[in-house]
Order: sequence, then structure tokens, then C-alpha cells
Amino acid sequence: MLFVSLISTYLIYKGRSIVGPFPHEEWVSPTGQHFNAILNIPVTSASTFVLLMSSLFMVLALAAVQNKNVPKRTTGERILGSSKLWLLATAVAGTTFLGFQAFEFTSFVHEGLSIRTNLFGSSFFTLTGFHGAHVTAGVIWLLTLLSIDYRRGLGPNDALIVDIAALYWHFVDVVWIAIFTLVYLIK
Amino acid sequence: MADHHTHSDTPDAETHVSGEVHHHPGWSTYWKVALILTIITVGEVWAYYIPSFVASRAFVPSLLVMSAVKFGIVVMFYMHLKYDHKLFRALFTGPLFVAAVTLISLLFLFGHLVARFG
Repeated sequence: MLFVSLISTYLIYKGRSIVGPFPHEEWVSPTGQHFNAILNIPVTSASTFVLLMSSLFMVLALAAVQNKNVPKRTTGERILGSSKLWLLATAVAGTTFLGFQAFEFTSFVHEGLSIRTNLFGSSFFTLTGFHGAHVTAGVIWLLTLLSIDYRRGLGPNDALIVDIAALYWHFVDVVWIAIFTLVYLIK
Repeated sequence: MADHHTHSDTPDAETHVSGEVHHHPGWSTYWKVALILTIITVGEVWAYYIPSFVASRAFVPSLLVMSAVKFGIVVMFYMHLKYDHKLFRALFTGPLFVAAVTLISLLFLFGHLVARFG
């Protein structure tokens, strides 16, 4: 409901900013300053891909924990069965997504869009910032699981706690699926 | 929540004490799901860069459909709702329905959809 409220707010304010920069259109200020369309779709598409892949890594981590006691004969089975590898890969992908977001926020501020500039800036930074905060919490959760895995190992008995973390991570992913379409792609 | 015993290369079934049978996706299913999600995302971005399509009435509905399909795939396979007890399905889809109604109501209330649909 939090994200529905934030997405609703963004959509309600969409197209109602009096001054630019705007998400999809160029804008010339009364002083003659030119602003390009602010959203960088290629960069956001890359970060979306990274987050989608992180969900794959997360299910592989969960499967590895569940199958910890199953004998692994081949190298491929050992790789697929390494919960440490997939938990680390998920955390790295999440951190990469946050890096993309930090880059995006920084470039927006440099191009003249802050949270106080206009309605678009306020609703955009609030929505994506809250999502980024959830991703950050997810990365911390994953690193905690990884440290437990290194200290005593995660096995089938721990599958429930890994599954709960996985459900949270996929929730963050599906929220981004909605944000990517509604905020970035629909003009 | 899904059972926490077996995930193998092929979907398998387990019979529980209650007699209920749970199927689980295997690694190959997870890879296929990731591939489908990637293809749909590429399709979304591709559609964004076709000016004639962006100008058409089909643009927004097609993006919403693609996004909904991605959402559904992640929920059904990665969040394993497809394999869960129907109680968990209801616990997920119920609030999701409330959230969707809230979003649409807010958009009507503040005039965004009223302006679009009269």
C-alpha cells in the first residue's frame, strides 16, 4: 500500500509540473536555459535487467540451501549448489542497482532537477528513493544471510528464513517492474 | 509458503501428510523464466523507441500488459505462488486487488482518468 500510494501520487502529479526539467520532454526556461528530457532510459533499462537477474540469483540461492544435502557430482552441480555464490551474486546485483540509482540521482541534480524543483522531482525522488531504501534493506539482509552461511553454513533447516528473505527481494523486484513501466516508459 | 525440501533440475511432486501434492520448479525453469523476463523487458524498451507506436493508442495498454505479465511471472514462479496453498494465494491476491482498486480510485478522484475517459 505504501508503494501504491507513492505510485498514485506520481501518476496524479504526472504532467502537472509548471516548470522543468520534465521527464520526457525538452524545456526552455524563461531565462532561456535549455533542459533536455531528464530520464535516461538506456541506463534505467540496464539497472532493471540487473534487478531482474538478481531475482534469478535469489531463487538459485534458495534452491542451493534446500538442496544442500544432495550430493553434487559435476562442476555444474557444485556451482548451482553453492548458496554462498548465489547469495553473494544477489547482493552484488542489488548493490549494482543502487549504484545505477545513485548515478541517476546525481546526474538529475547536476541537470537541474532536485526534490524541490517541481512536482515531478518531488514525486519521482520520493517514489524511487523509497524503493532504493527497500533495496538497501534487502542487500543488508542478504549480507547477513551470507555471513551466517560462512560462519555455520545454511542448510535445509534454514530454508524458511532464506525463503522469507527471497520473498522480500522478489517483492522489491515486482515493485520495480511497475515503477519502470509507469514512471520511465509511459510518456 | 512453499515446501522446503526439494528443488531439482526437473519439476517434481511431493505428497505431504495431508495428501496434498506440491510441485516445485527446477533450476531449468528458473533460467527459462529469467529469459522470458529479459525478452519482455527488451520488448518494452524497444516499443518505447518506436515513435509511431508511441503515438498510437496501443502504446500504453501494451506496456501495461507486458508489465503485468512480468509481474505475474515473478509472483507465480519466483515467489512460488503457483505452487503454494490457495490460502497464500488469497493472502497475496486479496491485498493486491485492494491496492489496485485504491490506485484506480485515486486516479479517478483526482481527475486523471476522468480527463482521459470522460
